[in-house]
Amino acid sequence: MLYTFEIYPLLLALTTAGLAGVVGSFALMKRMSLAGDVMSHVALPGLAIAVLFRVHPLWGGAAALLLGSLLIWQIERRTTVMSDSAIGVVFAAALALGALLLQTQEELIDALFGGFSTVTLSGLILGLLAIGLALIIMYRLRGHLLLGLFSPELAHSSGVRVDRVNLIYFLVFSLTILLGLQFLGAILVGALIIVPAAVGRQLTHTLGNFLIVSALAGMISVGLGFFLSAVYHLALGPTIVVVASVLFGLSLFKKKE
Amino acid sequence: MGKYILDTCPVMLDTEYMSILSVQNLKVTFEDRVALDGVSFELEPGETLAIIGPNGSGKTVLLRALLRMVPYTGRIQWAGDVNLGYVPQKIDADRHLPVTFRNLLSAKAEVNSWSGEEISRAVRSVSLSDKILTTPVGHLSGGQFQRGLVALALLGNPSVLLLDEPTASVDVRGEEQIYELLHRLSEERRLTTILVSHDMSFVYQYADQVLCLNRERVCWGVPREVLTTETLNRLYNSPMRPYEHQHAEDH
Repeated sequence: MLYTFEIYPLLLALTTAGLAGVVGSFALMKRMSLAGDVMSHVALPGLAIAVLFRVHPLWGGAAALLLGSLLIWQIERRTTVMSDSAIGVVFAAALALGALLLQTQEELIDALFGGFSTVTLSGLILGLLAIGLALIIMYRLRGHLLLGLFSPELAHSSGVRVDRVNLIYFLVFSLTILLGLQFLGAILVGALIIVPAAVGRQLTHTLGNFLIVSALAGMISVGLGFFLSAVYHLALGPTIVVVASVLFGLSLFKKKE
Repeated sequence: MGKYILDTCPVMLDTEYMSILSVQNLKVTFEDRVALDGVSFELEPGETLAIIGPNGSGKTVLLRALLRMVPYTGRIQWAGDVNLGYVPQKIDADRHLPVTFRNLLSAKAEVNSWSGEEISRAVRSVSLSDKILTTPVGHLSGGQFQRGLVALALLGNPSVLLLDEPTASVDVRGEEQIYELLHRLSEERRLTTILVSHDMSFVYQYADQVLCLNRERVCWGVPREVLTTETLNRLYNSPMRPYEHQHAEDH
């Protein structure tokens, strides 16, 4: 039996998941996995304002995420750990504001749970270029990021400009959230950052393998999620997240030596 | 990269007897809290300086100021373009991550565009086996982990090594090994070593100078001359005799 799904959204989602695995691995090591949830909720008012002004929602999301990454960067510079209350306030306020601004139930559901409408060829090319650029940046920054999260003093004495590297990382992080928002929505996109990286951490012992396995876990979740949602007519975003969570559950069976 | 081109007078660099580090009237303040005040000392090339003092006395802050990572007033003057290696007291990340010392050494080499030969040299100097290099850092013993950190600091052939309590999480035997290693390295490479330590036997055995710190300078000089009972009592605000202060803060 042949199941059809559009190839452009699948390609964009698979490559986004690969990027999210890599970005999420560093988020996990930096102990900021939950920042994905904060950022995706920050995007919500941006999406809503764009819808209000009849601009493509992604532009609104991008603007809000840019502000969000600057906000998180500043918080991280001033304190070592983001406080629970700061996360809680930003998280709830952004969600509430977004929900108020989005006028119809349908818009709200789309923004919260995603689901691709259409991806044009130019949208696909633009997306792939952005993902390629983000992967190159992550490849070049991996050493800087690793030393920075290990010990800022050690990184500084090793020639790493920790502040600048963190800012670039947060921008790539935001781009990943923005790309994921399209098919997972604001509620679930954080899972694409957290869950595949948690699988990678469970299964590997070295940085290179960690990044590769996390990226693969993200891509397998998206690939299987697309397939299962087409076969069983399930909502795409939740299906992807359930598959990723099952992978994490399976990874727990591997005992770490 | 990793080098500090500092604000020294070029003429002074030619003089053989110049200090490698001169600190004058250093003051560090965080918001309203004074962390260090009026600290001055000088260090000659190849010397080992031990910094001692109770918790919260500004020892780590002093190291961070020497790395120019915190704002300060006063003067910190390094000679020429010294190259600093740093050994942290603890790591910020969860130790049980899929990361090995091979990953960390490669990361530092990549940041500075150094070759694999540099990594091999650093690894050889602390006798790290391949097995240790490829074991996740969380699986290493305290001593192995600390030697890995020293290798990481030595990568790039620094002229000065800054160490923040390098034996804090090491057992007594590992402690001795680390101190012997540091002593050997400082002899072989004429490394200048600045080390925060609680181990008074190390201070007496290996340190050329000791700086007693309690936000301000309590004593400075050759350990056997300046570490009197009275000085130690004043430093720790409790009766204590020389040699008895072993891990006093752990108790």
